[in-house]
Amino acid sequence: MIRRFSTYLYNHPGVLLALLLGPPLGWMLMIYLGSLAALLFQSFYYLDGFTGQVVREFSFLTYRDLFSAAHMTIVLKTVVMALSVTIGSVLIAFPLAYYSVRYAGKRLKVLLYFAVLLPLWSSYIIRVYAWKLMLAKEGIVSWFFAQLGLSGVLEWLLSMPIVGGASLSVSNFGLFLVFTYIWLPYMILPIQASLERIPHSLLDASGDLGARPLQTFRRIVLPLALPGVVAGSIFTFSLTLGDYIIPSIIGDSTPFIGMAVYSYQGTAGNLPLAAAFTVLPMVMMVFYLLGARKAGAFDAL
Amino acid sequence: MKNKNLGLAITMWAVVTFLHIPFFVVMLYAFTTDSSTFTFPPPGLTFKWFGVAWSRADMWAALSLSTRVAAISTLVALVLGTLAAAAVYQSHFFGREAVSFLLVLPIALPGIVTGIALRAAMGEAGMTFNFWTIVIGHATFCVVVVYNNVLARFRRSNPSLVEASMDLGADGWQTFRYVVFPNISSALVAGGMLAFALSFDEVIVTTFTAGQQATLPIWIFSQLTKPRDRPVTNVVAFFVVIVTTLPILWALFQNRKFEEQTQND
Amino acid sequence: MSSPPFLALLISMNPAISFEQVSRHFGTVKAVDEASFQVSDGAFFTMLGPSGSGKTTCLRMIAGFDLPTSGTIRVSGQEVTNLPPYGRDVNTVFQDYALFPHMTVAQNVEYGLMIRKVPKTERQKRVQEMLDLVHLPDVGSRKPNQLSGGQRQRIALARALINRPKILLLDEPLGALDLKLRQQMQIELKAIQQEVGITFVFVTHDQEEAMALSDQIAVFNQGKIEQIGSPHDLYEHPQTAFVANFVGTSNLISDDIAHKLTGERSTFSVRPEKMHILHEQTPIPANHYRLQGVVEDVVYLGIFTRFAVRTSEGLRLQVIDQNREAQDERRGDVVQIIWAKEALNKLAD
Repeated sequence: MIRRFSTYLYNHPGVLLALLLGPPLGWMLMIYLGSLAALLFQSFYYLDGFTGQVVREFSFLTYRDLFSAAHMTIVLKTVVMALSVTIGSVLIAFPLAYYSVRYAGKRLKVLLYFAVLLPLWSSYIIRVYAWKLMLAKEGIVSWFFAQLGLSGVLEWLLSMPIVGGASLSVSNFGLFLVFTYIWLPYMILPIQASLERIPHSLLDASGDLGARPLQTFRRIVLPLALPGVVAGSIFTFSLTLGDYIIPSIIGDSTPFIGMAVYSYQGTAGNLPLAAAFTVLPMVMMVFYLLGARKAGAFDAL
Repeated sequence: MKNKNLGLAITMWAVVTFLHIPFFVVMLYAFTTDSSTFTFPPPGLTFKWFGVAWSRADMWAALSLSTRVAAISTLVALVLGTLAAAAVYQSHFFGREAVSFLLVLPIALPGIVTGIALRAAMGEAGMTFNFWTIVIGHATFCVVVVYNNVLARFRRSNPSLVEASMDLGADGWQTFRYVVFPNISSALVAGGMLAFALSFDEVIVTTFTAGQQATLPIWIFSQLTKPRDRPVTNVVAFFVVIVTTLPILWALFQNRKFEEQTQND
Repeated sequence: MSSPPFLALLISMNPAISFEQVSRHFGTVKAVDEASFQVSDGAFFTMLGPSGSGKTTCLRMIAGFDLPTSGTIRVSGQEVTNLPPYGRDVNTVFQDYALFPHMTVAQNVEYGLMIRKVPKTERQKRVQEMLDLVHLPDVGSRKPNQLSGGQRQRIALARALINRPKILLLDEPLGALDLKLRQQMQIELKAIQQEVGITFVFVTHDQEEAMALSDQIAVFNQGKIEQIGSPHDLYEHPQTAFVANFVGTSNLISDDIAHKLTGERSTFSVRPEKMHILHEQTPIPANHYRLQGVVEDVVYLGIFTRFAVRTSEGLRLQVIDQNREAQDERRGDVVQIIWAKEALNKLAD
């Protein structure tokens, strides 16, 4: 019986394909794409201020609400944070990746690889919690600064507007630190991959043609490492844009996109606005991804 | 040249330290006698919080839920991911590249998008948020992890093996059982482990698709608003760090052994 | 396989394989174009041709890995055209051996029997028989990656033969072996075939190999069969220019020159070793054709001397001559090229 069915499938490859592809594709289309579509539709409904009910009629009201000053500040804040985190990660990740590829011996390279892998594998929420611990006013970071006699520097940093706050763990600077820390492995790995793809002979050739190490770095290494940087930036940018856990643990309570979404769909019952808030980062990411593709980031992934 | 090396090396080690210090710090706090603040250095060290954490029923419930969700989601992801990988490997059909793109979307898009999309859709469909809604969410973004692993394994395998098996008299099912499945088993294990870890650790999508239940990450998240409970949270954090570090250390150890073996040949 | 007496009679009367106007198209590409041939029971049949000529595609269609676009394939009189591989009494030795890496050698060899639910004791007995047949009695418990290329090839053979198929297909099985091993395996294969008495269908691009092993050879070119015959037939009487130059080398005499020599307007071929070089003045023996030309190149190879000659008509010829007299010819010398009349082979082109 099974054999007859097997023979039928052998002679009808189309049926076999349908059987194989059906369940996963069906799941993704129905559950995932369907949900995304539902979300998009929601963003075109609006919340009636008087009744508190969602009105299911096509309208741009919600989007107008989204583009109001208050909401746009939220978006702006999030985007600025995402950009700073991206830049910060690149600056920190690059030396590690570069050293690992260029100067590390085989053993060290393996060790470094696992050293980067470890944070990636461990629990996200625990890592965030660890930073809350560390950044607390009485915590290890303050203690460290005090030991170095640099308490004054810390005070000065915390007294700055926008960036500062009551303590590191409720300041935007602290938030920036934590975001950068959490996404760092996602930036290190693509950069490392693209650096590794640069053949040694290119660097030798550059030196042979008279360039000094710094020039070789600027003109050969950096452009070739760029796809990796862009690939990593996709992660740091996108992940920061949508995160609401970290800003609610660290940082003052001024909202970011993620938190706005969460609060609007929850107690405020304004699902359309929450949906609209979500559509914005989605659209941003699509443009970013298209630009990244042009910069060759997808080959580096 | 040497100087540049040195500066770079120092920076590099600084970054590595930066990456790992939080783990040591958080593990240290499991022993502090201080029960309400994060004072450093810790005023004293004690084991008593371990006992307190052990008796917390809500913590065990969260752990159990996380484990069950991860197990079922991984199972679903294994099936769907393998089917999709087989389809993509086997045939050239219209929209083949689109399948890979579609499967990676749940992970590629910000968690909040996936989360709220699922919540909106489930709400529309009138579903109550329970164990199964969490599983649906998790399975959706775990599929791609299995898919990538299995597809890569398929691509590395010898296509003649299936033909050889059929040539020797085995039909499609027998060939799968005796030849294909043993070959992809290592990819299934790897993909399954990754999926399990991903599901276990996930927070954002889970908060949107869960009802009253708390998975372990959600439990930890809710603990953060309870300063009096900090010692228990610290103990849990301690164990989580250990459990997640062990596989990496084991893999590193395996790698070292492998290196030594190949050097001896 | 047991079959009723009538069927057995029918089977014994039928050719082992019958290909009837079989074609395989891939879109607009005709990988196999109306191939027809028959393979006698117990024969060593080779499909010979360059890469892409369609020979491997034909093999795959006999095995069942590919289904023909049109035409009929029969095995022992029964039609198998659309049957899947596991429904045919045919087994294959693959070019890359395709041994199952996760199974031991013994498990590999007994696979076909295991599928057919042959009891374990019987399986073990037959596995040992096969391993003895291929001269590898002790490797049963090893894994394929612990064997050398030549050993793997023999295990692949054992795995196929243990099922006692009507037909054994071999897809360029010796291609990955070095020269010495290949020649040794050729001898062993032929011996096994004669001992076991099964029909062998062999695919290769190496014409020497084909000549050494086969009872019948089908020469493939661009999806079509140019000629089928015994090695002797193909060598002595090639029917097309392609066959003339693929099986050994030939000199092609164009129809103008042929017309002058024989009166017939047709292309002919002559084997280089059937030609001789004579001094310009030497009288030519009777019943020989003669052309005059200039020596362009001489290579002395001990057993014989190889000449490249350009005739006065502008024809380039290769001559392989054992004649002592020819050895003192030099570049630039004017010579006569002669060959016996019966050595001239008419091409059907």
